[in-house]
Amino acid sequence: MQFTSSSIGRKILMAITGQAMVLFAVVHLLGNSSIFGWLNGGINAYAEHLHSMPLPIILGFRLALLAIVCVHIWFGIQLTLENRGGRPRQYAVKSTQKATFASENMIWTGVLIGLFLLYHLAHFTFQIISPETAALKNLVPLHSDLVPNVLGMVVAGFKNFFVSFIYAGAMVALFLHLSHGIQSFFQTIGWSNDRSQPLLVKFGTLVALALFLGYVTIPLTIFAGILKG
Amino acid sequence: MSDHKTMTLTLIVWRQKNANDPGKFETYTAKNITEHHSFLEMLDCVNEDLIHAGKDPIVFDHDCREGICGMCSQVINGAPHGGQDRTTVCQLHMRKFKDGDTIYIEPWRARAFPIVRDLIVDRSALDKITQAGGYTSCHTGGVADGNAILIPKTIADEAMDAAECVGCGACVAGCPNGAAMLYTGAKVSQLALLPQGKAEAAQRVKNMTDAMTECGFGNCTNHYECMAACPKGINVKFIARMNREFIKAQFA
Repeated sequence: MQFTSSSIGRKILMAITGQAMVLFAVVHLLGNSSIFGWLNGGINAYAEHLHSMPLPIILGFRLALLAIVCVHIWFGIQLTLENRGGRPRQYAVKSTQKATFASENMIWTGVLIGLFLLYHLAHFTFQIISPETAALKNLVPLHSDLVPNVLGMVVAGFKNFFVSFIYAGAMVALFLHLSHGIQSFFQTIGWSNDRSQPLLVKFGTLVALALFLGYVTIPLTIFAGILKG
Repeated sequence: MSDHKTMTLTLIVWRQKNANDPGKFETYTAKNITEHHSFLEMLDCVNEDLIHAGKDPIVFDHDCREGICGMCSQVINGAPHGGQDRTTVCQLHMRKFKDGDTIYIEPWRARAFPIVRDLIVDRSALDKITQAGGYTSCHTGGVADGNAILIPKTIADEAMDAAECVGCGACVAGCPNGAAMLYTGAKVSQLALLPQGKAEAAQRVKNMTDAMTECGFGNCTNHYECMAACPKGINVKFIARMNREFIKAQFA
């Protein structure tokens, strides 16, 4: 049987693409945290640094991410549909002992994150949600250059309750998805045993929690008026 | 019996004439049950009453009634084997229930396990997985000297832990996806750990996991319900080991 049609092969593809996205989420958060001012020039300088990279690197990175997301979604849906039929009729009494809300709802938290991703890209990457505050159209001075005003765009966005609410809600879905997904990665690629497995569950939940707290801090501090443009 | 308090229980049992019958729940009353009855003995009592009343008894699988053969297979109140840690249905006793309790009894439910009748399912899909590679075909020659093949104690113990699997199918019944990863993981591991099994480990893991998919079992999503359901306490570390074996096999 082909790797891409075998049961464990597809699991491994889910695990590796998922983990790649976790790594992206960690780096993305570290970069975004420049909004709190630890980098000279703040998030505008960080954004400018990214955009000034050679085009092939930017395009290659974006295409690789797109491929990873597509593989994860494709096999995620395929495996979920197959597994739905694995038990043709549910038991009259539901009595799960180890499964969690997070593990049972991976497809739904995944769908929410996917939809959020589209909104997030439209909002901050393609900047079509609120064009008047689009960073690409509002240049501000940085050192001796004029650069897109990312800070102004982010602050204007998160001042809106609904925008902040969508971001915070998506981060709840991300937390649930990763609290199961991270430990699942280690189990699926075989990097776990009876001693490490319970610790990996805790580690995965902690990383998911750290990402959740890190990400919601940005809209929260802006909406509360602590972080100003 | 007279010196024991007895219980009366309401049983809601899955009845199905054959694989094509849609099946339905029927309600029965179990009377004069003591705390010393095993769960299967309690069903024996109910069946006696049904036979006397001229009705079809509830059909269920059982054999040794000592907790070692893995034949008994019932989902009791949603939990395979009744949910008591490391216990088969025959070793589940009525002292775990109270007078007046309502108990749901269902067969293993999985796509790969068609229902034969009532609580009996066809578990031959598990045999097909083992037939696909759960053996070693190396020529071993004459009888070797004792300890000619050195196997560390910890490895021998771990192989035995995997070999504890009795093939009852509770892991499949407990899995929301109807996957057989714990069963297959245990069978792959017990051989892959030992020198005699290592020779064919790569082909074995591919063949057995292919058979798993072909038999209609679902895919593992790491809920670990299988480990909770297993009457022999097989650990999900054997699934991780099988995953490792599978990855190694890609480069073999």
